[in-house]
Order: sequence, then C-alpha cells, then structure tokens
Amino acid sequence: MMHLGYLAAAYAVVIGGIALYLRRLVARLAAVDRELSQLRSRLDAADRR
Amino acid sequence: MEAWLGLVGCAALAAAVVVALLVAPAAVGESVAQRILYLHAPSAFAAYGCIAVVAIASAVYLWKRSAAADRLAVAAAEVGVLMCTLVLVTGSIWGRARWGAWWTPDPRLTLTLILWAIYLSYVLLRAFGGDDEEIAPYAAVLGIVGVLAIPAIRVSARLMKGMHPSVLAPREGGSGLTDPSMRLAFWGGTVALLLVAACLVLLRARLERIERQASALRRLADAAEGA
Repeated sequence: MMHLGYLAAAYAVVIGGIALYLRRLVARLAAVDRELSQLRSRLDAADRR
Repeated sequence: MEAWLGLVGCAALAAAVVVALLVAPAAVGESVAQRILYLHAPSAFAAYGCIAVVAIASAVYLWKRSAAADRLAVAAAEVGVLMCTLVLVTGSIWGRARWGAWWTPDPRLTLTLILWAIYLSYVLLRAFGGDDEEIAPYAAVLGIVGVLAIPAIRVSARLMKGMHPSVLAPREGGSGLTDPSMRLAFWGGTVALLLVAACLVLLRARLERIERQASALRRLADAAEGA
C-alpha cells in the first residue's frame, strides 16, 4: 500500500505535465493571435497615412 | 485536425488509465508501483516518435530548405523533450519504489538522460541561439545526429546487463505482459500518448508559424511607422 503514493505521483506527473504544456500552448497561441491582429491594424494605419 | 487528434488521444488515454489501474491484474512478485509501466513505457515510445520526426524534418529542411519542415522539427523537439522528461521522472519514481533509489547508473537510464540533454540543447538553441535562419542548419544537424541515441538505448538494453526491467523481451512463457488486459493497457497507453503527442506537435507547429508571421509583420510595421 505504501507504493500507492509512488503510483499516484507518477500518473499525476504524466497527466499534469501534458495538461500544463497544453494550457501554455493554448495561452501562447491566443496571445500571438491578438498580437497579429494588432500588428495588422498598425500596418493598415501606416498604409492610410 | 489538432482538436480531433487531441480528443481521441485524451479519450484513449483515459481508457488506458482505467484499464491499467482497475482491470489489468497485478504482476507476479511486483508491487502496485509496477503499474507505472503503463504510462512510463508509452511516454518513451511517444518521445522516440517525436525525436524521429525531428530527425526526418531536419533532413528535409537541409535538403529542401523548407520552412515548414523546420517548424515541424522545432515543434517535435519541444514535445519530444516533454515526453522524455516524463519518461525520466516516472522512471525515477518507479525506481525509488522498486530499488529504493531515485537513480542508478544503468546504461539505459544514462543513455535516456543523454538523449534528453541532446534535445533540450536543440530546444534551447532554437529559443536563444539568435536569428532563426542562421541557426536552423546547425540545429538540423544536431536534430539528425541526436536520433542515434535511440538505437543506442535499444542496443544497450540487449547487450549490457543493467537493472532496468525488459518487459517486452521474450522470456519463458511469453513476454512480461502475461495477461491480455496488461497488453491492452500497455499498447492502448502507447497509442493514446502517440496521438496526444501528435496533437501537441501540430499545435506547437501552428504556434511557430504564427510567431514567425508576427515577427515578420512587426518588422514591417516598425519600418512603415519609421518611414
């Protein structure tokens, strides 16, 4: 029964590691998407000038 | 595509975890920690898959100078390092439960650590090495040479006697996975983690493409505003 803690820790590491990486990827994708639309607006504004 | 791969991968992973924890019988003479195998070995297969993609995409980049191949190599290297980290951490936890030590200088463990270090260097080189176009050919060579560590790990397991168990090695009465539900947990977990890794690689490659697009647009916008 003592080894149950090791088992739980290993499964938590795999599932938690993948979930954290996925969350970070999705957050970065959203941030870059926002930056991309801001840059397009800046370029449109520069074109109009 | 990424969403479907992710959904199917997560569902398969959940099913594999249920089979591994609740259905597969305990291995003879092993503690409950033996069930770590059902995520530890599949993480290794996912890491090998990602690293093979890095090597192939790097070779295509060197041959064709394809930006898409370079982006795929960057993405697969990052996910490969993640999977390799999971292999090392879960292996260490299992080792502590089985041998009473977090780490032993076993050939397979040491070579896996070297594999991890090679691809971590690749990721760090791409992140902090400077201009992407300048650094990409050097990184591609590292990506191709590093893959040689994988056959070295497999050969070391056969030739050098270490403490690492060889579950799939043939033995009297079949492999170490004697029960069909054990094999289902093992191979189901492998397919699930390969699908999850593929989804992460595609998402990371998309992020790389958008980041490079944003960087080019940033330069254009700065130039247009400065003019």
